[in-house]
Amino acid sequence: MIVIEQILNGVEFGITLFLISAGLTLIFGVMGVINLSHGSLYMIGAYAAALIIAHTGSTWLALLGGVAVSAASGVVIEMVVVRRLYDRDPLDQVLATFALILMINQGAVMLFGRQPLFVSMPAVLLGSVSLLPGLSYPIYRLGVIVLGLVVAAALFLLINHTRIGMLVRAGATHRQMVRALGVRVGRLYTVIFGFGAMLAGLAGAIAGPITAVQVGMGEQILILAFVVVVIGGVGSVRGAFFGALAAGLVDTMTRAFLPMVFRQLMNGSDADALASGVSSISIYLLMALTLLVRPRRLLTGTP
Amino acid sequence: MTWGALEAGPLQPAMRRLGRLSLRAAAAAMTVGLLLALPALAKVFHVVFVLGLATQVLIYAIAAMSLNLVLGYGGMVTFGQAAFFGLGGYTVGILHQQLSEAGAFLGLVPGSDSLVVCLAAAMLVSGCAAAIIGSLSLRASGVSFIMITLAFAQMLFFLFVSLKTYGGDDGLMMRHRDVAPFFDTGDDANYYGVCLGLAAGWFVLTARIVRSRFGFVLAGLRQNERRLMAVGIAPMRYRLVAFIIAGMGTGLARALMANDLRFVSPDMMHWTKSGDLMMMVIVGGTATLIGPLLGAAAMVLLEASLAAQTENWQLYLGLILLAIVMLTRGGLAAALDRLFGGRR
Repeated sequence: MIVIEQILNGVEFGITLFLISAGLTLIFGVMGVINLSHGSLYMIGAYAAALIIAHTGSTWLALLGGVAVSAASGVVIEMVVVRRLYDRDPLDQVLATFALILMINQGAVMLFGRQPLFVSMPAVLLGSVSLLPGLSYPIYRLGVIVLGLVVAAALFLLINHTRIGMLVRAGATHRQMVRALGVRVGRLYTVIFGFGAMLAGLAGAIAGPITAVQVGMGEQILILAFVVVVIGGVGSVRGAFFGALAAGLVDTMTRAFLPMVFRQLMNGSDADALASGVSSISIYLLMALTLLVRPRRLLTGTP
Repeated sequence: MTWGALEAGPLQPAMRRLGRLSLRAAAAAMTVGLLLALPALAKVFHVVFVLGLATQVLIYAIAAMSLNLVLGYGGMVTFGQAAFFGLGGYTVGILHQQLSEAGAFLGLVPGSDSLVVCLAAAMLVSGCAAAIIGSLSLRASGVSFIMITLAFAQMLFFLFVSLKTYGGDDGLMMRHRDVAPFFDTGDDANYYGVCLGLAAGWFVLTARIVRSRFGFVLAGLRQNERRLMAVGIAPMRYRLVAFIIAGMGTGLARALMANDLRFVSPDMMHWTKSGDLMMMVIVGGTATLIGPLLGAAAMVLLEASLAAQTENWQLYLGLILLAIVMLTRGGLAAALDRLFGGRR
């Protein structure tokens, strides 16, 4: 039973990772921009949702607000900073978006302080359901999984069956050609950036009640999201989905079961410390192996 | 430029070039003189903290110069330089710990508190690590290379976080600086001298490297790998050697800093540290000799002076970095070049 519960936890973490990396992989794949400030958009979404829920008490309003605020921030960032950097050296993009992280983090400290905000679970989603005899699972986490799957399905439809999705796919495959064919790429880029920011904000808003909302939460997850993007193949949303699930499962499973294994070999506290280190390493090991065995990408295919 | 060319004969541009050259030579001489006189000046004006700051600048300059060899000249965007930074620091820290506990690392290597031995060991360890990591990750290129180097650094970071024997999260404290014969390293002015000497040595070494045949091949590989392969050059060997040299330099830098601060912790292996080093190189100007020096000085001094002024220094640091990247193409080195009317 505990195995099934941990698998569900892994899927839930994977879904959160997917929401962040989907935007990241699109921005990376279509515009070729390494956007380090993507984690900050996740943080903005989390803060906005936490504040709205504290003032109004409505979960749905918080979710909408978090998504709207981070999408708006994404559009502003694209129009003020990132837009000027498309033709520049990738290192300039890295430096500029790193500067944005510094500013946004400090801004959050100035506005909300260094104390983490704890968000209460909405009353409807409090408690757990029994999925199988002997296996009960928190409703909120289940809700996150369902919501994530719905968003993923909507994203697939959007990308594979709409005009803007076609442009996104074309942009990820051959950027210059899209521009040469007379598509107004400037507007397309703004839309994609805002859309990616929106997904990151959604991830932040739903992660709020599970983890503490605090400054620096973005950077912790940013690197994991980059790992997912690389495992899945740059520009591929489908790859990001499976990459995120793999990363979420590997991380959660090693974190849950490695301490038991190590405790057989050495004494308690050393075993726990080493196990937590090794489980943090596992995702990077997964990525390094993926890249070394198949340097091109894990899943080749359309975004 | 235009009216000068119209008005004057061929002599004028030559004279002007000579003028610029001597201007640069004067600026360089003044900088060297200031650096040499700094301990005395700090004592006279009662601003001893300046010496500590200058030591930090010199140490970061060594690391940034090393990274620039790979990132700037070689065009290999590594996001894992913190791995070698941390290994250099931990080598010093662990050797010190072994000595005070009279143990031996893995039962083989006895501890030491000799500055020369420790610095050499730090360079050896980080060089070996760079050889291993480089030979694996240089098989990839582009984004894959960025991410593999990041992956190795993160693995080492989490490894050291989880090793309770070497302090885990809390890191290792050192009781005193490593000792050297003939002078007292505990004196800040002496230690500043050590760092100045090593930074100058590393600068000369880097300058020699980038102007050697090796350096030209390295820069050529950045510009057009296929063409160099066509004339019979195997890229891997050159890149790996550059990667190892950069790893050794970065390890040396953190070994010096470990002695300066008498503290090592996993934080120095965190990916944001790789980012910090990259920022220094980019802010200063990639693939230039003085860029990393300017970048290290700018970042350390900006951080110190802003943090002294306001609690919200990161906001202003971010704004300044953003302005530098938006307004100067090619960092501070390019801006200086334009100011003094360089070749560009």
